[in-house]
Amino acid sequence: MRAYIIRRLIQSVFVLLIVTIVVFFAIRLLPGDPILVLMSPEEMGVITEEQLEALRHEFGLDKPMIVQYVVWLSDLAHGDLGVSVLYRTDVKNEILRRLPITLHLGLLAIIISGSLGILLGVVSAVRRGRWLDTVVTVLANIGITAPPFWVGMLLIYIFAIYFRVLPVQGYTSPLEDFWMSTRQIIMPCLCLTVFPLAMVARQTRSSMLEVMGQDYIRTAWSKGLRERVIIARHALKNALIPVVTLTVIAVRLVLGGAIIIETVFNIPGIGRLAVKGINTHDYAIVQGVVLIMVTAVVLINLAIDLSYGWLDPRVRYE
Amino acid sequence: MSEVDTLHAGQTEVPPRVSELRRIRRVLFSRGVVVFGTIVILVLIITAIFAPLIAPYDPYKMDLSKTLLQPCREHLLGTDAIGRDMLSRLIFGTRIALMVGVVAVGAAAVSGMTIGLIAGYFGGWVGAIFMRFIDALMAFPLLLLALLIAGILGGGLQNVIVALSIGLMPQYARLMWGQVLSIKEGDYIAAARVIGASNLRIMLRHMLPNCLPPLIVQITMMMGMAILAEASLSFLGVGIKPPEAAWGTIVFEGYQHLRTHPILSLVPGLAIMLVVFSFNMVGDGLRDALDPRLRGVL
Repeated sequence: MRAYIIRRLIQSVFVLLIVTIVVFFAIRLLPGDPILVLMSPEEMGVITEEQLEALRHEFGLDKPMIVQYVVWLSDLAHGDLGVSVLYRTDVKNEILRRLPITLHLGLLAIIISGSLGILLGVVSAVRRGRWLDTVVTVLANIGITAPPFWVGMLLIYIFAIYFRVLPVQGYTSPLEDFWMSTRQIIMPCLCLTVFPLAMVARQTRSSMLEVMGQDYIRTAWSKGLRERVIIARHALKNALIPVVTLTVIAVRLVLGGAIIIETVFNIPGIGRLAVKGINTHDYAIVQGVVLIMVTAVVLINLAIDLSYGWLDPRVRYE
Repeated sequence: MSEVDTLHAGQTEVPPRVSELRRIRRVLFSRGVVVFGTIVILVLIITAIFAPLIAPYDPYKMDLSKTLLQPCREHLLGTDAIGRDMLSRLIFGTRIALMVGVVAVGAAAVSGMTIGLIAGYFGGWVGAIFMRFIDALMAFPLLLLALLIAGILGGGLQNVIVALSIGLMPQYARLMWGQVLSIKEGDYIAAARVIGASNLRIMLRHMLPNCLPPLIVQITMMMGMAILAEASLSFLGVGIKPPEAAWGTIVFEGYQHLRTHPILSLVPGLAIMLVVFSFNMVGDGLRDALDPRLRGVL
């Protein structure tokens, strides 16, 4: 077990290292000089080559790429993500300022899709073939096809423009104004929830159906246990293992979805920051955001892999 | 069924031998939604091919005297902000959607399967490095990776296709790799090796066909995913550029007039959804039809 954990940890670090290399060098292929993006056309006319050089030197862009990478990586190890050319601030501060917003949105979406998805999947499997099952199955199939940005627009049209019950866009911290914050986050959260919710419900339903047909469930029935006990204590626990695997996919979906949903709803999270960074060729910002998102996925993947042994004692790590 | 039985009992006792292809077709089309999905995809293909004949107007022709018309008899879905016919734009959009789906997924599948096949077959440290690289790519949310690549390459149809191919490739590599590992130790592979088949021959003639079924399902499902991702990229402004009639671009352009003309953004979104739904349903049907464990049950 310990050997397995250590091996998985080394693997994860290795994967992250590959990610940093891919991202760092890929970003350098972006067209356009990042220094010039900062300037207004008037400034560009008057600036001298020496001043440009000085700026490049200030941001370390005049060194060879390998050196830039090593410097960047060692800075990274010290928790320094570099300086944004666009905002002229620390990337770390910019990300730390925006991260809670994306976390608020993303965690809410993951918790709701996980709990509601499992509930709907179980109910639909237990009531197989009834109207509830049909409704859940149809909705789940629609859920995994709806483009999130389109769902966002539909919701904005229905609730903000037509019925005028929710604010169109924006974000308020729940610590500042809880009521307003909740009203603003309902629609973006719903958009991010739809796909993972549908996915979890589908998976829970099919693995529940598989488990419910097994011998030990029949044994439980014949012992005279109540339905609720059989479902909650015997069936669900085993049926959940493939569902847990989906967590990694759900996190990836929510993070990817955050990029687009934060744009639709004008929410200043890290997804919006990524789009801004790409559009303005801000190396440091894009690297920072990508790194945060990918690290989150890798760590969750690791946590899930390690949790199988606890969830299913039959799993032995070799 | 043994030969002897057949001879003695006569033909009537034996269930007719159904060819594998016919069985797959029967299982595939036994569900209504799969038939529905197939019809939608066929309609999509026909529309894309004959777009210039079907579309009532030129999708790029502006008419500033007819901007933002509500749906009427001449313009069934109205016109956009610079007077282009929405229905025609939607019809021409099928070409881009289909092209993105087929080319991006095709390229992703071929490259991913090649990597997975080689890494799985040869194993060792080369395989390990290949697969860690795939792991690294798989840690990216698809949209983030595609956004990054499309941002670097600078958008446009061709670059979006490249971005999506790279974004979708790891899944095929991983799936293929798993398949190869599971059949690698099979007796028939050893037998092929014993009679002196080359590595290439074993990989292509013996392993590939046995690995294919789950990959075919994945390819179908990913068509929808690719079309959805293309629309998202176009919506974010790093995908297909505005004059082009891509569905995502149309949704984005219509978004600015959501308040007064919701139809401009909601209808193309509905088209995206219908197509993605159809590919998903056909993929689902194929999964049932190609699953060897269900052979004889269905």
